[in-house]
Amino acid sequence: MSALSSLTSRLPFALVKRPTMSTRAQVLARIAAVVLSIVFASLVLLLFSLNPIQVFATIIKGSLGTKMRIQQTVVKAIPLTITSLGILVAFKMKFWNIGGEGQIVMGALGATVVALHFPETLPAPVMLVSMAAAAMICGGIWALIPAAFKARYGTNETIFTLMMNYLAIKFVTYLQYGPWRDPNSAGFPKIPPYPDNAVLPRLFGVHIGWVIALVLVAAVWLFLNHTKKGFEISVVGESLPTARYAGMNISRVILVAMAVSGGLCGLVGMIQTSAIEKTLTYGIGGGYGFTAIITAWLSRLNAIVVLFVCIAFAMLLQGAAFLQLQLQVPASVAEIVQGAILFFVLGSEFFLNYRIGRRRAAAAGGDGIGTNAEVDA
Amino acid sequence: MIAFFAAAVIAATPLLFATLGELLTEKSGSLNLGVEGMMLIGAVIGFVTGYSTGSAVLALIGAFVAGAAGGLIFAVVTVTLRANQVVTGLTLTIFGGGVARFLGDDLIGLSVPLSVQAVFKPVAIPLLSAIPALGPIFFKQDIFVYLGYLCVVLVAIYLYRTRTGLNMRAVGENTAAADAAGIPVTLHKYVHICLGGGLCGLGGAYLALVTVPMWQADVVNGRGWIAVALVIFASWNPIKAFLGSYLFGGLSILGLRLQSAGIHISQYLVDLFPYLACIVIVVISTHKNRKEDLPPANLSVPYFREER
Repeated sequence: MSALSSLTSRLPFALVKRPTMSTRAQVLARIAAVVLSIVFASLVLLLFSLNPIQVFATIIKGSLGTKMRIQQTVVKAIPLTITSLGILVAFKMKFWNIGGEGQIVMGALGATVVALHFPETLPAPVMLVSMAAAAMICGGIWALIPAAFKARYGTNETIFTLMMNYLAIKFVTYLQYGPWRDPNSAGFPKIPPYPDNAVLPRLFGVHIGWVIALVLVAAVWLFLNHTKKGFEISVVGESLPTARYAGMNISRVILVAMAVSGGLCGLVGMIQTSAIEKTLTYGIGGGYGFTAIITAWLSRLNAIVVLFVCIAFAMLLQGAAFLQLQLQVPASVAEIVQGAILFFVLGSEFFLNYRIGRRRAAAAGGDGIGTNAEVDA
Repeated sequence: MIAFFAAAVIAATPLLFATLGELLTEKSGSLNLGVEGMMLIGAVIGFVTGYSTGSAVLALIGAFVAGAAGGLIFAVVTVTLRANQVVTGLTLTIFGGGVARFLGDDLIGLSVPLSVQAVFKPVAIPLLSAIPALGPIFFKQDIFVYLGYLCVVLVAIYLYRTRTGLNMRAVGENTAAADAAGIPVTLHKYVHICLGGGLCGLGGAYLALVTVPMWQADVVNGRGWIAVALVIFASWNPIKAFLGSYLFGGLSILGLRLQSAGIHISQYLVDLFPYLACIVIVVISTHKNRKEDLPPANLSVPYFREER
């Protein structure tokens, strides 16, 4: 290997860091990565003697084929979009919040406390707003615990937020099988169903979570790009020394960002319990907290782009469920494809940041291929 | 009581393999959060290989190779293509979960063949197993457990008593200096990420082949993440990793024991203990300041030679 590296050092080519690239090139590289990952997924399918064209056609048909399937796709896109927005705010700060799943579950718990204890005669709007507030507070607190430790002691947030997922899920499991179990549910370990005034209304055949999601996309975009706090989040994410030098209160930025992040995830818990399950279950997170990591990263942490990525992923999820019915292909194909897409996109970023340059040119800083200024930048 | 500790050793073994694997990976400077994914891939491939061939050796080789393959994906994306290690590791976990479900959905409920189970029957080691208390706890186990002990010793010797181990630690501590000293940095990273992945794969295989010799959908259930925390708990030291794994093995089976001892506490609440303990560990480790307790200085710093 050392022989190899001395050989490579004699080659006339070397990697050179690129200056910033045009948006068009970035988009092209991402599309290329997605195409490559679809090719890869096709090869995997062929390996299992499945016809990739048939599989992808079935996914499209299953997600967009009929009005009802389109509605089902939207129903999946709603929680994914809002969770991704939450994850995005944290990731912008390079705070690796992988506790979205637990924050959803705690939000659902908060909403359920309100739904089952506030009077059934309460007008639905009051009830729903109270539930949403409780959900955002609970999700926010669940995210603030690791954030406070990070801000105060620099505790590793990756493992902390992840373990908070297990705590939330196991705790709700305990409630579901223990003290909150519905005595009228004929032996099933279920929490009592919501009263009618705690169920989200529908608009155009889908619960109004889609309106909430669209509003939040705009709100998060504005928050991150056009407010002082949003700007501070980006600076803390880019460079801590810069943030410190600019006199920002870093602890405060971390806490605010994570309260927003956890609050958004908590709201997803309320939407899913109120509109889909009509009660609390320990599986309410449905894996959205993890899929959102992929969608947030794929969208380059841009709130507007998140919407479109999430719709595409919801198609994949819904299509894969249909695939299982039609071709007896496990729906987990979707997870493999998602993972593959992200691997290729992560890999493609290399070609955005580096290029192959001529070694001598790079070293001499001449002839415009890779000047030293560029290499240093 | 002895039965409890002996069961703790069994519960600890998959954690031990995964912790040692992640420790090797991190010592060479890479933070691979895909442990859970690599364990899942190892578990499913180990099970499929064992189920279809009836050979325990092939099952172990399959699990190791599968875990290492997961590591290889991580290495290509983060070392060669210099992608973000945190996101790549998370992706590997999601990807591994997909692979395990894809291959494993039809296997749920199937049992490990008897020919494989027979290989993992407890074997008492002569003399050692006669030691009071310690003997029945540590030396009346299956050969997979003994393989775990062997790995601890080998990793400790490798890290602190061999030149390659020293070089590898140099890569993790100061990649640029190691590179300047002529150590093949990229090769070291690739080898240790793959080796670490292989050990995680073996940990997963233990769960699928020995702990419960039947395929279950949720076979790994967060143990990969506990292993990541255990590496921090162990201060990147294989001997402490051994102790940490057994501590957690004990915690994870505490619930069952408490109930059989007549203490009434919900199983679901007891299930919280290991995860709660994990958080406590991570918080406490933040306060460690002794030099030998610190993570490798260049952990998760991407290395680009021309940027020195």
